[in-house]
Amino acid sequence: MFNPSARQLAAIKTAVFIVALLPFARLVLFAVIGQLGANPIEFITSNTGDWTLYFLCITLAVTPLRRLSGWNWLLKLRRMLGLFAFFYVVLHFTTFLWFDHFFDIDAMLKDVVKRPFITVGFAAFLLLIPLAATSTNAMVRRLGGRRWQTLHRTIYLIAPLGILHFWWMKAGKNDFEQPILFGTVVAVLLLLRVYWSIAQARTQKRQVSPRPN
Amino acid sequence: QKLSAKTNSAYVVMDKPTAYKDATTYNNFYEFGTDKTDPSHYAGSLKPRPWTIAIEGEVKKPMTLDLDSLQKLAPLEERIYRLRCVEGWSMVIPWIGYSFAELIRKVEPTGNAKYVEFVTLADKKQMPGLRSPVLEWPYVEGLRLDEANHPLALLAFGMYGEVLPNQNGAPVRMVVPWKYGFKSAKSIVKIRFTKDQPKTAWNISAPQEYGFYSNVNPDVDHPRWSQATERRIGEDGFFTKKRKTMMFNGYSEVASLYAGMDLKKFY
Repeated sequence: MFNPSARQLAAIKTAVFIVALLPFARLVLFAVIGQLGANPIEFITSNTGDWTLYFLCITLAVTPLRRLSGWNWLLKLRRMLGLFAFFYVVLHFTTFLWFDHFFDIDAMLKDVVKRPFITVGFAAFLLLIPLAATSTNAMVRRLGGRRWQTLHRTIYLIAPLGILHFWWMKAGKNDFEQPILFGTVVAVLLLLRVYWSIAQARTQKRQVSPRPN
Repeated sequence: QKLSAKTNSAYVVMDKPTAYKDATTYNNFYEFGTDKTDPSHYAGSLKPRPWTIAIEGEVKKPMTLDLDSLQKLAPLEERIYRLRCVEGWSMVIPWIGYSFAELIRKVEPTGNAKYVEFVTLADKKQMPGLRSPVLEWPYVEGLRLDEANHPLALLAFGMYGEVLPNQNGAPVRMVVPWKYGFKSAKSIVKIRFTKDQPKTAWNISAPQEYGFYSNVNPDVDHPRWSQATERRIGEDGFFTKKRKTMMFNGYSEVASLYAGMDLKKFY
């Protein structure tokens, strides 16, 4: 089984980092050469939103992939992938605050309260902040593994909120192709976990139950 | 293909016209796909000639016209209109056409006619977007007869001094500048005069979001965004605020059509 050395792992991490930055680099390049289309702000908003969802899915895929492939080292990429989801959601939110509301916090908050699709998107964004803030090794130590893990399990809520945000955004346009696709991916990734935890609970029960004489 | 017409200065807004490239590559025309760039990519399969249009229903003179006869029904003129999309962006387009009222006069509506229904072509061979169930096909739009009779309501055959590009609704479309863009049916094959209010495509699909009237109105929000402001394509960018949306898109002369109506209720 493939098990990278420390050096190989560092190379893999660097490669993933560069690849994960490519969507951002593409946006910058398009902005410079004027290829963002007739409505650049809409382009940036939807593009950064899409990449947030991609990275949420990729992050959530790490554990299933690790279990199915036996590649435990994949876990070492997870933090970076999660932080990229946060990076793209920060861009997404900044676009909304800057270009849509021109830093009018009051108007923005009104939008958040009034419009359910923005409410859930904003909630998902807020919930991601503590996860990003506690991603350092020092924070893991300070919180203790168990508490840290509990906190980071809010991702199981954040991802569906993100999908719901996208779903409701598209609802008025009756255009569900992409939300269904994202929703299915997230559902499969979460249901795998449910399945595994049930299976695990069963085997544990079997192990502790007394044997018949 | 060139299409020239004299400018009617009574219908020219002072705003700077949108770049031709933006107006022809950023379109909502779901018959060719739901992305803004889909129509410009896929509308090449539409064959705008030959084309016939049927005018029927509550009229004394129903007729089926080919494009040429329809175009010659009244002298063409150029008008520069603001276009406000329900999604919160806007453009300024130099259209070529004549007042729809000219056509109404020719077909002589009966006393029963209260509404006009516009039906867009729905041909799977020419329109790949029809495979997707996003809307009920064919696309149907409608106006009250007095709205359709307003001189601002334009039957358009061209824009920017040319015949309409396919993605902009070739070969003939409506332009109703005081309403959100989706009220202006594209690639029209049938015009019906009716007694009852037509069942329009977006209203069927999401009635709480898209009313029959859909007049541009900064005071009535779309459920998912405010309509108080808009982004002018090509002008309002990264460092400018969005501009304020005007009641009836600035065409206050239509206000009398809605005297006494609660426009929050009839949105």
